Amino acid sequence: MANPDPTVAERVERDTEPAPSPEHAPLYTFQVKNLSVWYGEKRAIDDVTLHIASNAVTAIIGPSGCGKSTFLRCLNRMHELVPKTRVEGTVLLQGDDLYSNSVDPAIVRRRVGMVFQKSNPFPTMSIGENVVIGLRLNGVRNQKFLNERLEKSLRMAALWDEVKDDLHKPGTSLSGGQQQRLCIARALAVEPEVILMDEPCSALDPIATAKIEELIHELKAQYTIVTVTHNMQQAGRVSDYTAFFYLGRLIEFGPTTKIFTNPSQRQTEDYITGRFG
Amino acid sequence: MHLQRADNHTWRKAKSGLASTVAFFSALLVIAPLGLVFFHLLVNGASSVNWNFFTKLPTPVGVPGGGMVNAIVGSLELLALAAAIGIPVGVLGGVYLAEYGSARVNSLLRFLADVLNGVPSITWGVVVYGLVVLRFKGFSAYAGGLALGLIMIPLIIRTTEEVILLVPNGYREAALALGVSRWKTIVHIVMKTASKGIITGILLALARVGGETAPLLFTAFGNRFWNHNLSEPIAALPLQIFTYAISPYDDWHRQAWAGALVLVTGIFCVNVLVRILTRGRTASIV
Repeated sequence: MANPDPTVAERVERDTEPAPSPEHAPLYTFQVKNLSVWYGEKRAIDDVTLHIASNAVTAIIGPSGCGKSTFLRCLNRMHELVPKTRVEGTVLLQGDDLYSNSVDPAIVRRRVGMVFQKSNPFPTMSIGENVVIGLRLNGVRNQKFLNERLEKSLRMAALWDEVKDDLHKPGTSLSGGQQQRLCIARALAVEPEVILMDEPCSALDPIATAKIEELIHELKAQYTIVTVTHNMQQAGRVSDYTAFFYLGRLIEFGPTTKIFTNPSQRQTEDYITGRFG
Repeated sequence: MHLQRADNHTWRKAKSGLASTVAFFSALLVIAPLGLVFFHLLVNGASSVNWNFFTKLPTPVGVPGGGMVNAIVGSLELLALAAAIGIPVGVLGGVYLAEYGSARVNSLLRFLADVLNGVPSITWGVVVYGLVVLRFKGFSAYAGGLALGLIMIPLIIRTTEEVILLVPNGYREAALALGVSRWKTIVHIVMKTASKGIITGILLALARVGGETAPLLFTAFGNRFWNHNLSEPIAALPLQIFTYAISPYDDWHRQAWAGALVLVTGIFCVNVLVRILTRGRTASIV
């Protein structure tokens, strides 16, 4: 899928303004409606409505402090780790309300994996242990199954050939870019439906960045990917849809080609062309 | 740019030299007692540290020979009892302070733990005397172990809390983002990452209480014979040293010196072990 499916693009464009009708639900992995988030008294996200298409890459861009990371973390309830956060509105994952009272955040995070800005393989564990730890701690004991999943995840993260003889070495012995791909493999091993990436390349050199971007491109065949980035070129290269956030508000959302070539909002254009931010 | 020396250069240099000399001798004063103590113990105790010391029971006054095997084993038994109380409560308390609890409650708990760390150790002996010895009508190894364990708790709470706070948040987030529950994240990721630091804190606490005498005076009480019944009074190395040192007999004095040498060497070894465990990873992490 080099180019976004035009019909998907058209439908998303049509549906972003009014609330979508329910029959379109399967097309979207996430349906976010009127989402607002507070950290104590401070409002970090202000009434955001946004639908994230399945099997596509959605990039979230915007200047520092615009709420893009907060928005991303609302998609798997990771923002709850910060004390005194409050959320209003709904987030539907394949139609399931993530914020309903009966939902266990751990289950949400099993379905919605996450890769962080700073690669963080567990320092006490080998490469192999790092990949399967999510399964092991979720109760999987079958060694044959773990081994299969280990190889599969590392292959999907394009890391297998580089580490297959060193699986017992510490995860922290790898280079920065390899560590980040190890973290992607670790997230893939629990077979989530979505992968959230919070500036996954910001600590990497251009070559390692190119590898991760290529990987993102390959992964979208099987996963829905939402990535936050500070790097405008990267958003242009990897994403099918782009959302521009500013001061906690969603300013503009649409197919990446449109946002980058013909934005409808003045603020979007100013940001993309580097006039502020 | 001025590179000429200022007029008062010599005076400033002299002040600087004076300050470093004073600092050097102050540092020497800090280390000197350790050297003196060890030297004294070696001179007076080394001759009495022999095979008999580690294998024989104490002899009656006037009978030469004998050893402190019952006190050495008794100390180990007391430390095991203290560990059984101090480690679980201390480690879990430290985990609570670092991972759970509200900021206000935690700062209160932290303050109380620091106060407890400053309580004179004999106070713990009195507390346990009142709580256990009077109630169960007798001195016992249990009472001694409890007194030592209570001293260990605030020590271990603070060291465990500190090393757990050193674990970068990224590891917690990574585990939680895999759908791992909070307590499994804490046990399998956070505590595992901090395990060396936690063990170090435990060893230092054991070394500290291993040399305590005062809290045992009216709890374990001491015993000149073998005792493997933990609800009876039990011998301990520091207690035996105390009893022998205040006695009027010369051969008991020699035994006390030997006991002190063994005790200090043991504590020294634990500290060396701690250094080895934390080698190469000094302050940065665990």
